[in-house]
Amino acid sequence: MTSIEAQVLQPYKYGFVTDIDSDVVPPGLSEDVIRLISTKKGEPAWMLEWRLKAYRNWLKMAEPHWSNVKYGPIDYQAISYYAAPKQRPALESLEQVDPKLLETFEKLGIPIEERKRLAGVAVDAVFDSVSVATTFRETLAKQGIIFCAISEAIREHPELVQQYLGSVVPHNDNFFAALNSAVFTDGSFAYIPKGVRCPLELSTYFRINASSTGQFERTLIIADAGSYVSYLEGCSAPVRDENQLHAAVVELVALDAATIKYSTIQNWYPGDEAGRGGIYNFVTKRGACRGKNSKISWTQVETGSAITWKYPGCILQGDNSIGEFYSVAVTNQRQQADTGTKMIHMGKNTRSTIVSKGISAGHGQNTYRGLVKILKGAEHARNYSQCDSMLIGDQCGAHTFPYIDVRNSTAIMEHEASTSKIGEDQIFYAKQRGLSAEDAVSMIVNGFCKEVFKELPMEFAVEAQRLLGISLEGSVG
Amino acid sequence: MTGKGKRETGNMLLQIQNLHATVEGREVLRGVDLVVRTGEVHAIMGPNGSGKSTLAQVLGGHPAYTVTVGSVLYEGKDLLALKPEERAREGVFLAFQYPVAIRGITNAYFLRSAVNAIRKHRGEEELGPVEFMDALEEKLKLIGWDDSYLNRPVNDGFSGGEKKRNEILQLAVLEPKLAILDETDSGLDIDALKTVAQTVEKLRRPDNATVLVTHYYRILTHIQPDVVHVLSAGRIVKSGGKELALELEERGYDWIREPATVA
Ligand SMILES: Nc1ncnc2c1ncn2[C@@H]1O[C@H](COP(=O)(O)OP(=O)(O)O)[C@@H](O)[C@H]1O
Ligand SMILES: [Mg+2]
Repeated sequence: MTSIEAQVLQPYKYGFVTDIDSDVVPPGLSEDVIRLISTKKGEPAWMLEWRLKAYRNWLKMAEPHWSNVKYGPIDYQAISYYAAPKQRPALESLEQVDPKLLETFEKLGIPIEERKRLAGVAVDAVFDSVSVATTFRETLAKQGIIFCAISEAIREHPELVQQYLGSVVPHNDNFFAALNSAVFTDGSFAYIPKGVRCPLELSTYFRINASSTGQFERTLIIADAGSYVSYLEGCSAPVRDENQLHAAVVELVALDAATIKYSTIQNWYPGDEAGRGGIYNFVTKRGACRGKNSKISWTQVETGSAITWKYPGCILQGDNSIGEFYSVAVTNQRQQADTGTKMIHMGKNTRSTIVSKGISAGHGQNTYRGLVKILKGAEHARNYSQCDSMLIGDQCGAHTFPYIDVRNSTAIMEHEASTSKIGEDQIFYAKQRGLSAEDAVSMIVNGFCKEVFKELPMEFAVEAQRLLGISLEGSVG
Repeated sequence: MTGKGKRETGNMLLQIQNLHATVEGREVLRGVDLVVRTGEVHAIMGPNGSGKSTLAQVLGGHPAYTVTVGSVLYEGKDLLALKPEERAREGVFLAFQYPVAIRGITNAYFLRSAVNAIRKHRGEEELGPVEFMDALEEKLKLIGWDDSYLNRPVNDGFSGGEKKRNEILQLAVLEPKLAILDETDSGLDIDALKTVAQTVEKLRRPDNATVLVTHYYRILTHIQPDVVHVLSAGRIVKSGGKELALELEERGYDWIREPATVA
């Protein structure tokens, strides 16, 4: 802490000049930088105050090191905290794109025009994402659904943002959440009015002005009483980002009888074979089932990033509310993942389900860490947890840390765990029937993940399967 | 020798010469010679640990076994140069003594993947789930199964007998040129044994061959072998007709292990 504090408190080296028009703020973090971000975003005063409060708390916090992941020190003063939505250098044709990237697109079956867009090739009117997005937005607007960038929401819907922002993940929740609260610039906002079933799956993909990936994204989704929404986060494209640290915050609020389904496919750059250059994905995701009979369901497929550190959780406040967590985490080569969930039961008859599938290959290290907490007032709460690990090869590792804290004797808890190994004999058996090693592994792994994949929307599930195959490629001979 | 006339007419399908193989540094096969022609059924018998399964696994290409000396020709080509999946696609099928369970994959899906891998190799169109089910119906009848087995995970939670029957189902579906059945008859009750044996008999054609590794004479009352071999300590020490199997059943293997009898 002291070293960070010292760095933060030292006079700004680069001679800070407030230049509203410049698009990139020089590296470093200070109150001035935060004020500048807020000004550039045209934010109201309360927003700036909130950011500063978060920042002042962050200064007093220490970077946590309790997880099962290892990484070198992060220099928070070397990060630039504001950049206008980046225009990647426009390439003229696909020939100029990294062939490895193209190969991946091909394996994913991404259409040519879409490949161009993802790779940053200038795309003409054939694929006009803006017009797609506009149509999309009109459909939503008819139902009173708000779906926009978080910064836009702060300006256009301040009452909603002010009421809910930080209500699930407080500005001082943890080190990375505090940092995010101080400096976030990108992210999505969604509000589903009472009784509305969102007719489309919401995805950042369709959001106007969505930049590829923000380093400090903030997402806030509010499902009002009786509403339903399914939100898709992520993209199957391997994002190569020079930002190593990603610290996002996602907050979900489900009011009476509302349902939020949040699905993630994360396939960020995992680093090279030696583990160099990959993304550190340190995310805080939490949903509050604030109303009676509400439901929040997290489904995640994590195949990318050098380090994944996240525990999407549910606070089950409303009576009869339901929390779900379905996860597939893959670590290959030098990847590390420490992921799981927190289910906090507060209301009566609250139920939670946890299904975690960890796959380790190469030198990958995969940790499931979960907390199920049943508070005193949570009469007749139930939890079912299932944590399965699969090992491919013998250089990798799987670890399971289920924490349970039960303070009400009417609770019913079930826990199942298993570890299996894709053995030489299984692979040989499949090969002896004519299958290639890769097909055999992908078949076995997909079978292993089936319970999670079936929670994903159809197209996402297909992508997830392909991704899994790609990220495990070469893990068996 | 029984079936001698027929033997001369079939084409050479498998030719094993002086095959030596090691597992974990220990030599288990110590000079196997065997010739199998199309249209034939060979039985290989022998005491426990004599190397019968090792021979089967070596022919399948299991990576735990290393061939140190010798050659194996399959349809005149060097079998040992092919990867296990290539051998399978070329028509070599191994029914495992201990079939492996694969959780999370249904039997139907596994079978269809296998069929399609082979069809693709032959340049044939792959089968969709519906067409495949149609083709499967008849094969299921052969082994006396209903389709509930198709939706169960491959060999997972199967009894010993069910696993063996599943191997035979795969055999019936894949219709290989060379089938090596490693103690598929062990652990089966009389009825199951009959079903398995009849299926093997039904699949018998002039252009394929079966190598039947067995411990017991009883399966040979249902399947007519052309030749019976005795494998002992990694070598084929005696070959003969069906009567050899009967003799082994009555006298055990001790008399044959004697070096004097080998010579
Ligand atoms: N995968 C293996 N690992 C170690 N030893 C093996 C393996 N397979 C076979 N063996 C050894 O090789 C010898 C022959 O075994 P096997 O071929 O299974 O005999 P059979 O099938 O005739 O009973 C035995 O001593 C056995 O222990
Ligand atoms: Mg054996």
